[in-house]
Amino acid sequence: MNATNHLLRTAGAGGDLASLAGYRAGGGFKGLRKALLMSPGDAVETVKKASLRGRGGAGFPAGMKWSFVPPPDGAGDRYLVVNADEGEPGTFKDRHILSRDPFRLIEGCVIAAWAARLTRGFIYVRGEFRQIIRDLERALEAARRAGYLGSRVLGKDFSFDLHVHPGAGAYICGEESALLESIEGKPGRPRLKPPFPAVRGLFGRPTVINNVETLALVPLVFELGPEAFLGLGAERDGGPKLYGVSGHVKRPGLYEFPMGKNLRELIYEDCGGILGDRALKGVIPGGSSCPILLPGEIDLPLTFDSVARAGSMMGTAGAIVIAEGTCMVQVALRIARFYAHESCGQCTPCREGCGWMARTLARIEAGSGQPEHLDLLLELCDQIQGHTICALGDAAAMPVRALVKKYREEFIRHIAEGRCPAASP
Amino acid sequence: MVLEFTPEAQARIREIVLRYPTREAALIPVLYLAQDEFGSLSTEAMELVARQLELPLARVLGTATFYTMLRKQPVGRFHLEVCRNVSCYLRGSDGLLETLTRVLGIAPGETTGDGLFTLDTVECLAACGSGPALQVNGEFHENMTPAALEQLIARLREDGTA
Repeated sequence: MNATNHLLRTAGAGGDLASLAGYRAGGGFKGLRKALLMSPGDAVETVKKASLRGRGGAGFPAGMKWSFVPPPDGAGDRYLVVNADEGEPGTFKDRHILSRDPFRLIEGCVIAAWAARLTRGFIYVRGEFRQIIRDLERALEAARRAGYLGSRVLGKDFSFDLHVHPGAGAYICGEESALLESIEGKPGRPRLKPPFPAVRGLFGRPTVINNVETLALVPLVFELGPEAFLGLGAERDGGPKLYGVSGHVKRPGLYEFPMGKNLRELIYEDCGGILGDRALKGVIPGGSSCPILLPGEIDLPLTFDSVARAGSMMGTAGAIVIAEGTCMVQVALRIARFYAHESCGQCTPCREGCGWMARTLARIEAGSGQPEHLDLLLELCDQIQGHTICALGDAAAMPVRALVKKYREEFIRHIAEGRCPAASP
Repeated sequence: MVLEFTPEAQARIREIVLRYPTREAALIPVLYLAQDEFGSLSTEAMELVARQLELPLARVLGTATFYTMLRKQPVGRFHLEVCRNVSCYLRGSDGLLETLTRVLGIAPGETTGDGLFTLDTVECLAACGSGPALQVNGEFHENMTPAALEQLIARLREDGTA
């Protein structure tokens, strides 16, 4: 499968894409001009036909999401919210788009606003991206001055303005309703659904929330046309995809392929294989919440549906590769400790359960584990998953359960010997 | 002590408030401004934000205490934040932490006696493909090695004491 260069490119025909002049000279805003020739309804249909699925992890069809917003009622603003709170461990794709190709994101936002008839937008950028926040504010100002944002966008009877809103170090704000709470100035605690954000979202108004990569692909849908965009992908997944690979490979980093890149090929060919030519121990395919795959399970195309059939999730397509010699108790501990730290605390199973899992794993790691701890961990996973308002609890339970089940012998030895049988990391 | 925002910060606040239909929505951006201006969010700084946005102090406290990047305690001149999550761990983040605790003589969560360095561990910084990673005052340092880190600390120490 040949690499594509739609999202990874950093320079176009006109030079640096991070400048408005460079972006325009490289063909930027062509998609927007095409979209503005269509009715909003036709623009939504175009994105549906392209089968652009949400790149934030859930894979929900973007066009479908846009069509859930009720028609304008004249009672106030309708919002676009860009989820740029990239924080799922193993994920580092949106940071690339935000810093290297910001106008493509802005163009995608304006098209989304036209299609779903939205009037204002916020790009919620995680607080740790300080430089990106500053640069993005300048890019938005440049786009505003050039008539791509503000009142009467490109002379059309259509107004849309877009601002940056900074996050402040809470992973939970990547959950869409917690993100809305955070923009409203409150602690990021997820809301009960329904009502869904499309109907009652930011400030109680209709709201579309999309991931950075999803919106950055929208201009391409209109440039190529929906058939060609769909044709680039595989199965029910249209378009190209950014794949991140981290951990024990020779060439970690971001790769772009048509949707459906084979995971084994990605690791052994594109990334050059395992660091130090060690044996492979496991791959977490799409961010830390995805159940780990054993070496025998990775010969599969990376699409939302195919990874789900293999018992895991494609998630954000940020694969973490783990070589033989790594302590899986440590890996589980790092994951559990992360989710325990990031639990917002409003649901008891998640607040208490994640901490309990992390403490139990810490005891095993420290050599004071007991044989019954393994069943306790699995029991905790069952008590957390499905019993909370948002998916953070599930995100903690799924990887821990998979690690305990798939590497059970190692966990048992770790407990029996009171130390790690592997030389880590 | 009663704190005040500078006229420049006040102009910036007026601009921020206009973006939102509620004053409360300006809270996080304005808390950042206060933090930048006063170094950390002391009770006085949070009282100032509450006055400025005409919000109850409890609302300001509720939000300020939820978010880790809104700091209630001052940090040293150089704030070192080392990622300890899985991808960076696999690439040797424990070695970076050992180097820092040895060279600086402090544990995570502490500040050196001269007020130059604060060391913290953080969760994923979205730099997994170029780990191990850390931030110094919000600036990324990626593909770090213990040796490169020792050089970085020496350079910062020079800058800080010059």
